Amino acid sequence: MAALTVISRKPLSFVFCSMAILGAFAGLLIGMALNVAPLGLICGAVLSVGLSFVVLSVMDNEKIARWGLLAFWSVCGLFSFGLAGGLAGILWGWFFGWFVFWLFEGRYRARLQPYLSPKQVLWHFSFRVICGAIFTYLITPIIVVMPLSFNSQDFFTFTPEMLQFDPAGYSLKHYKDFLNNNEWQRSFKNSLMIAPIATIISVCLGTLAAIGLSQSHVPFKRLIMALLISPMIVPLIISATGMFFFYASVGNFLENSLGIDKNFVGYVKVVLAHSVLGIPFVIITVTATLVGFDNSLTRAAANMGADPITTFFKVQMPLILPGVISGGLFAFITSFDEVVVIMFVGSASQKTLPWQMFTGLREQISPTILAVATILVVFSIVLLATLELLRRRSEKLRGLSPI
Amino acid sequence: MNVTKTFVATAALSLVTGLVIAEEMTIVSWGGAYSKSQLNAYHNPYSAKTGVTILNDDSSSTAVAKLRAMNEANNVTWDVVDVEAGPAMQLCDEGLAMVIDPDTMLAPAPDGTSAADDFGDMLVSECFIPQIVYSTTFGYRTDLVGSTAPTSVCDVFNTAAYPGKRSLFSVPINTMEWALLCDGVAKTDIYDVLETPEGQDQALAKLDTIKDDVIWVSSGSDTPQLLADGEVIMGATYNGRLFALIEEQKQPVAMIWDGQVMDLDGWIIPTGLSPERQARALDFIMFATDTQRLADQAKWISYGPARASSAPLVGKHAELGIEMGPHMPTAPENLERAFLMNYGFWADYRDDLDAKFQAWLAK
Amino acid sequence: MSASSYTAPILAADGTPLKKSLSRALRQQKRRALMLIAPLLIFIFVAFIMPIVSMLFRSVENDIVANTLPQTVMALQSWDAETGELPGEDVYAAFASDIKIAAKAKIHTKVGLRLNYEQSGIASLFKKTARKAKKWDMETGGPFKEKLIGVHKNWGKTEIWQTLKIHSSRYTTGYFLNAIDMRKTAMGPQRQAEDKQILLLLFQRTLIMSLVITGSCILLGYPVAWLLANVPVRQANLLLILVLLPFWTSLLVRTSAWKVMLQQQGVINDLLVQLGMVADGARLVMINNQTGTIVAMTHILLPFMILPMYSVMQTIPPTYLRAAKSLGATDWTAFWRVYFPQTVPGIGAGSILVFILAIGYYITPEIVGGTKGVFISNRIAYSILKSLNWGLGAALATILLVAVLILYWAYDKMVGIDNVKLGG
Repeated sequence: MAALTVISRKPLSFVFCSMAILGAFAGLLIGMALNVAPLGLICGAVLSVGLSFVVLSVMDNEKIARWGLLAFWSVCGLFSFGLAGGLAGILWGWFFGWFVFWLFEGRYRARLQPYLSPKQVLWHFSFRVICGAIFTYLITPIIVVMPLSFNSQDFFTFTPEMLQFDPAGYSLKHYKDFLNNNEWQRSFKNSLMIAPIATIISVCLGTLAAIGLSQSHVPFKRLIMALLISPMIVPLIISATGMFFFYASVGNFLENSLGIDKNFVGYVKVVLAHSVLGIPFVIITVTATLVGFDNSLTRAAANMGADPITTFFKVQMPLILPGVISGGLFAFITSFDEVVVIMFVGSASQKTLPWQMFTGLREQISPTILAVATILVVFSIVLLATLELLRRRSEKLRGLSPI
Repeated sequence: MNVTKTFVATAALSLVTGLVIAEEMTIVSWGGAYSKSQLNAYHNPYSAKTGVTILNDDSSSTAVAKLRAMNEANNVTWDVVDVEAGPAMQLCDEGLAMVIDPDTMLAPAPDGTSAADDFGDMLVSECFIPQIVYSTTFGYRTDLVGSTAPTSVCDVFNTAAYPGKRSLFSVPINTMEWALLCDGVAKTDIYDVLETPEGQDQALAKLDTIKDDVIWVSSGSDTPQLLADGEVIMGATYNGRLFALIEEQKQPVAMIWDGQVMDLDGWIIPTGLSPERQARALDFIMFATDTQRLADQAKWISYGPARASSAPLVGKHAELGIEMGPHMPTAPENLERAFLMNYGFWADYRDDLDAKFQAWLAK
Repeated sequence: MSASSYTAPILAADGTPLKKSLSRALRQQKRRALMLIAPLLIFIFVAFIMPIVSMLFRSVENDIVANTLPQTVMALQSWDAETGELPGEDVYAAFASDIKIAAKAKIHTKVGLRLNYEQSGIASLFKKTARKAKKWDMETGGPFKEKLIGVHKNWGKTEIWQTLKIHSSRYTTGYFLNAIDMRKTAMGPQRQAEDKQILLLLFQRTLIMSLVITGSCILLGYPVAWLLANVPVRQANLLLILVLLPFWTSLLVRTSAWKVMLQQQGVINDLLVQLGMVADGARLVMINNQTGTIVAMTHILLPFMILPMYSVMQTIPPTYLRAAKSLGATDWTAFWRVYFPQTVPGIGAGSILVFILAIGYYITPEIVGGTKGVFISNRIAYSILKSLNWGLGAALATILLVAVLILYWAYDKMVGIDNVKLGG
């Protein structure tokens, strides 16, 4: 599709109009900050059109023109608003240069179907801007905590030093605290131990049950499904108190009747409680994958003499693996981020990371939890990248070429 | 399968470690700086002396509920619990905390004064061994309150002189007392007034005058954060939090000691422990509440020791080198402006007043 | 085929009638399916359903009064609570005997605390009375009416006895009545005093705010899901990481991050003041109210809306839209009449997930909700953790759970729960 559209230069009047609007908007923002909104609006529009005229009609060499714009705006920013202004100027200058040639050369049409009307093209890009705004909403809170984790003070506040990029405002002490503090280390280890085991249990039981549920003649299918999903729909605080009594008696039985070590019993209780919470996610994702599963494949395997277990591991499993993995990841994160149930079911030696974060937040607001969050975000990116690689691999396995 | 292997391995591992750790006890406390002070003053010396490993469980804020549930399930996993006086009395009433005999179970003062006399009035419940005196009081931003700094708790209600937001705990306890106090009710009459529906309405009416200027908070760490952000100009929290904010974090904040509500925090031992665990817990209590240990805690946090004999031993802060005496709620100049909480009243009226208070808040 | 084959049963390969053989196969299939499900079903049933049900059962359970004060409960049966007269000496004597036994066993305060939920002051009344009653002699100590009134004047008021009588049954509707701002009285259920009515308001708020959150998730999620479904797969997967990243960041951290963003000295207000859009003295209040809860919870739940929508939109061929347009439909008609109806299952799945999760949220509203942005779950948590009124907590929880189950049932009828997909 993309190659079909031939792009051509657009009339200067169109470019100047668009640039005037852009410039007016930017000028308005700056003007409002300086309390001279109307002046900013006019100056912005004039400056923007003037610069466009210079680079498009006078210079007519894209590379030089774009470097020139970058230099112009960053110097402007630097002189008007200092270092931060300079940085903003570089970004703005780059965008300005890119945008003016993007419009002028008609590049915005390059990836679109040739028959789209101008209105449709405008909508296409406005829609992307809207989506961009929503993605910003999704990501900003995470971006915001990252610099705060390097705060040299013990509060969740951007200090004046931080805003002026003064090195004194930054420190690694919250990372050091996380690495040196026993409580954090212990809870991190606990989380890393409890979450995978709980995930394995939910994935094993959940996948089996999902396969059972996907067969065509299951009596009371709806009721069973509702029961299996119930841990997700019962509000957590109810689950937590209800489960507390159950697991206390399980604990009593294991400790007193079977004489198992108290600490170990504690872990068993937490692992079981967390695997219950993870199960609905496994059921939902695996059932969804199985909806598209071609049952004749298992029949074919059986026809060729494979026993049910071989069929399961060699035929069915590889195909539903993406569903199983994504269910497993959901289950993992449920356990890894769970703070209500653990506080009831667990005891001190099973304290997990979210529990430690929760007390950190209640008893002493300290950016250590932001440092941990930053580490975990990096960790999540690695996990997600793994998931993405696995997905691509499974596409290859199924012979689906990436589009 | 692999799962079973992992399980067996983990099981074997923890059984082994379980054998290695000879003795372990779980002490429940609040976490944060407070737990740190206890760790330095009590837990570490006790571990060094006896070899017992101490596990910290930061569950004090929900201790009563969890202890009740544990008791019902017959599976008490805590050995010693740090709670405030009010909850301790409730635990005692419900039979969830063990009765302590101060003469046999607590250490006498160095000069031979019995523990009962040394603690004196602080022994508010027969199950409760007081540890520290803390107070809930106000801090204000010195740079945001204008030229005349607030000196009285009633300045919180004075939005004309001190415009801006203030933070208060979203519970009726303390808040309603302050409201009545600043509405002209004498200190000694407050609980009599608060017992009547008219008195309750009077307190809420007073609070109505500042309702729009209040940020309601639920934990002790909220107000320090709000003060540091400049989000509020004054706010209520525990005096130790304010001390840390002022002296350790060097924030432009000062304290109004006026109308500080004093409360106690201390230990209880849950009922239903096995004899060995109970003996261990009693041994710890005996050690941790002696005169020197209580004075030691004050080196780490600005809460006053509950024993009379500990007061002269309070020295300087262990890290900052500040003389701690004047920062204690029990320091004479702070004490005379204090207000004493009536535990019995709140035991009876908490649920009722809380329903009213929350209904008022939600409107 | 011969005519006889119409009458004789069709045989399977091994000679058994085909019908029989088929039904056997079906039975076998059913059994195998059930065997696959069984381990999990048993696990969930034992480790989740039973504990929850027994927790909810506390909302009607009330045997503490009858167990601790058995003689009093018996004696009170013959007393007419509505006459306004005090009960006779027999009731007082029965109570004195009961409280003495209870005080010896140290269980008197529990029943006092239980009744204190209904009438303030009973807790200390019981404590005080029990202290005195320990020393009484049941044979010769009477008359107990004067004695009890001597201990505390409240024993001479009918309200105390009415409360005792009303709450003496082993099973009670009292907690459920309390949960809907009513209370049990001698004259039957009545509205709670006006200044204590809060729970219905909270239920209503929870409902409205969950709806608003679901609505804003639909509004924000739909364009994103559409974009994800209509760009090349590799790009979509990268964008998906942006959706999943917040989802995988700790809930506590995201909530604190919103605090940093939304407060009056926070990032957004600072930015607006810098840009001159808002005067420094008139910074926006966006936190500790309903706005804060809605913004933060929409952010937290948005991935739960995007993922099911995305998986539905992935299956809609883009050719449908093009076909509609080539047949002369405008952009809007093509979208509204052709594309949108096909995405309804995705919207439904996302909405039910978001709504159910939102209605039970507790930590985020607690941190950013202030006083007007809290949910009924916060009240449940308060009842369970702070005031220890587990009966009321369980009653509130039951009502909430029933509401969620009705929704779930309706959704399952209309769309089918197996249509809910999370990603891929």
